[in-house]
Amino acid sequence: MSAHPRESDVSDLLRLDRVACIRGDRLLFEGLSLTLARGDALWLRGPNGAGKSSLIRLAAGLLRPAAGTVERRERIALIDEAAALDTELPLRRAIDFWARVDTVDGHTVDRAMSEMALAALAEVPVSMLSTGQRKRAAMVRVIASGAPIWLLDEPANGMDDAAQARLVGAIARHRSNGGAVLLASHFALAIPDLRELDMGALA
Amino acid sequence: MTALIALFWRDLRRAWGSGALWLPVLFFLLVATAFPFAVGPDAPLLARTGGGMIWVAALLAALLPIDRLIRPDREAGVLDQLAVRGFADEAIAAIKIMAHAIGFGLPLLIALLPASALLAQDAARVETLALGLIIAVPALASLAVLSAALTANLKGGSAIGGLLILPLAVPMLIFGAGMLDPAGRGALKLLAASSLLLTVIGPFAAGAALRGLRE
Repeated sequence: MSAHPRESDVSDLLRLDRVACIRGDRLLFEGLSLTLARGDALWLRGPNGAGKSSLIRLAAGLLRPAAGTVERRERIALIDEAAALDTELPLRRAIDFWARVDTVDGHTVDRAMSEMALAALAEVPVSMLSTGQRKRAAMVRVIASGAPIWLLDEPANGMDDAAQARLVGAIARHRSNGGAVLLASHFALAIPDLRELDMGALA
Repeated sequence: MTALIALFWRDLRRAWGSGALWLPVLFFLLVATAFPFAVGPDAPLLARTGGGMIWVAALLAALLPIDRLIRPDREAGVLDQLAVRGFADEAIAAIKIMAHAIGFGLPLLIALLPASALLAQDAARVETLALGLIIAVPALASLAVLSAALTANLKGGSAIGGLLILPLAVPMLIFGAGMLDPAGRGALKLLAASSLLLTVIGPFAAGAALRGLRE
């Protein structure tokens, strides 16, 4: 398997040790080990239903593994299929709610908004945004949260080329700042120095 | 702590946004208006039975917004995002209960005045009703959030939610309406006791239900 399990290391942010995941009465995977150290990025690839999202949710602590252990040493920021932004609010206010929850200041949100090129849409209600724009907004929440571990489940869905480039840039900056990224995507993103774990090969 | 306060204000804003503030008020007044038509314009009879009707209406008003207490947050991923940040499900449930207690309790108390007038309740009975409702509102909110959390995965959950909540709310109906009976002196204390019990159990039971939603 391409994600090499190795000895525990102080720089490890996330460790999954021989985890198994059962959804319904189907065994998605078992004996899966992976570690994410500072600066790491790991791409979970594979067809639909291979268990990419389940693995992300396991890593986030939203699912309990049927076997094995999941260890998180740092805070987590998560993107999944739901944007978790109040649709009736203007974009900026919807993001500001999470900024208050994460206790980050307005400047951090400003910077994250311009990083994903959303500053111009700050006053637009979330319900009016397109799929790609919502993904960018969710990315703003992830960037602004300052969490060292990013768990990104199909973050590029609906994003155009320019937005994908911004996403790739944000991931690179996060890694150079000592963050780690676990990325589930059914298509390749142009991320340099990326480890891969083919979930399709596990089944 | 600031995070939980932010969550409280968000819930309150959503409860009162888009005119939803007036829903329990309207419903409550609707019952108070319809009841005299059903039993006839006999003032002594209305005065005797109206208090109980107000309690039933208050219980149903607490159940009105069950559909939007938990389910939208679950579908929008808000609950997952909170869980990822390490908030205890019990804390989230407690915040939701507080926000619902204020979100529906305040308008309910305001609506009590016109409703009491429609049901020929005198000043002393209005006072008793207000006191009883203030005591009962946290427990009603607990039950509403609990059944919202239990039914958030089901389609048409609010109907089942009502069935779930009814047996648990019966003691409060009995003691709350019992306070109106001049002979029922212990009713206030029993109402307070049953309300306290439900209010304390609520966050833990609803928190466990929220945890169950993720599995």
